[in-house]
Amino acid sequence: MNKNNDSNSSNHVILRVQNVHKSYNGVEVLKGISFIMNKGETKVIIGPSGTGKSTLLMCINRLVEVDSGKIFLEDDEITSAKNVHKIRQEIGFVFQHFNLFEHLNVLDNVRLGLIKVKKMNKEEATNIALKELERVGLKNKIDLYPAQLSGGQKQRVAIARALAMNPKLMLFDEPTSALDPELIGEVLGVMIELAKSGMTMLCVTHELGFARAVADEIIFMEGGVIVEQDPPQVIFNNPKKERTKEFLNKLTKLYGKEENQ
Amino acid sequence: MTFFQIVQSSWRYMLDGLWITLFLTLTSVVIGFFIAILLALSKMYGNKALYAISNFYIEIIRGTPLLVQLFILYYSLPVIGIRLSPLTASIIAFFLNSSAYQAEYLRGAIQSISSGQMHAALSIGMTKWQAIRFVILPQAIRRFIPSWTNEFIYLLKYSSLSYIVGAPEIMAQAKFVASRNFEFFKVYLFAAIIYFLLVTGFSEVFKYIENRLKIPGTLSQARE
Repeated sequence: MNKNNDSNSSNHVILRVQNVHKSYNGVEVLKGISFIMNKGETKVIIGPSGTGKSTLLMCINRLVEVDSGKIFLEDDEITSAKNVHKIRQEIGFVFQHFNLFEHLNVLDNVRLGLIKVKKMNKEEATNIALKELERVGLKNKIDLYPAQLSGGQKQRVAIARALAMNPKLMLFDEPTSALDPELIGEVLGVMIELAKSGMTMLCVTHELGFARAVADEIIFMEGGVIVEQDPPQVIFNNPKKERTKEFLNKLTKLYGKEENQ
Repeated sequence: MTFFQIVQSSWRYMLDGLWITLFLTLTSVVIGFFIAILLALSKMYGNKALYAISNFYIEIIRGTPLLVQLFILYYSLPVIGIRLSPLTASIIAFFLNSSAYQAEYLRGAIQSISSGQMHAALSIGMTKWQAIRFVILPQAIRRFIPSWTNEFIYLLKYSSLSYIVGAPEIMAQAKFVASRNFEFFKVYLFAAIIYFLLVTGFSEVFKYIENRLKIPGTLSQARE
């Protein structure tokens, strides 16, 4: 629909979040969140649990409705769109608990959306699915069912499933926090490759190594607001806010200093 | 007369009854299943009106005895000019009754599917209806099969109630045979054996289906 100004990709805004508020049962979880993501950027959101990080991601593809504020995907307003299904196709979502379709094998998990939502024929859908599965290194597992995969493999299939829809933006909601430590690396590896390939990615994660390797900016959220938003070098070396420093100290104590990649 | 002689002299009658019983049960359970899907989906995903209607229907049906429902259809409807044959009245009573129970089993099965499945389906751009059809129901129906087997067996046995309004199923035939030869014990024993074999046979069939539909790698598997 809006193919204009694709040429200058450095300043091409993919996602605009404007003053988003959200309450659950009178408790305000998001208290006015605003930020912008340009095409090809990777941003990492960190912050203590219960801060609204997941809620924010869910608001962006409208699995949760905002109370006030606006969210735009390029020029389309997501928050008021009547055809929300159309917009969700353009936003990939990777869940903490994978949420693979349990009754379908790996190949069908990835191509279901192509066949049912994009109405592709089976052959075309299969080709795309195989291409995405190859990208995440699981082309040899297409006949297996989710229950037969390791957590890391499940999450890589979930990433392939989201990528197959050819999204403009990928959202990751703590993609590695349900994984055994030795399986985290394979998922982060796929995500790093994806970031380097120019995908626009918004990731809630506490993998600081990943953040340092590929994030253009780190957003530190607490209590429903953005406390600080800066490039990793600033956040890690010279955080502007005392609270950011405290939180990062806790994280590094917990996870060790950037041991992953 | 020996039991064998009873069987020999009455099996034709009983076979006639068997077909009626099977027809009655299968028709009711299948029609009941489709109504149950509508009821369960209305209760789970419908608006307030649909929820209220389904809930009301289910509560009324579950709250009254099957025999009362059958009598209302067969004996009370003629008062307002609707005359149903014993078989028709029985089928209607049974599928109405069964639909309420099946709806609740199905609702339980749908509720047991994690909400993440719906989220994932929506996140790739499916409509709610597509998500229900391609993601939720295929999983829920698998989990529904064990309780559905139970409901089927229940209905198979309770179809004997329809002899009271005169549908010529197994019990009616047995009563007819016994009233002629006065061998009540042996004739009803024969009927009991037929029911038992039917129930055992069907549960094996459903166990087979359950295993065939089992999702590879999951533990929800009936014993081999």
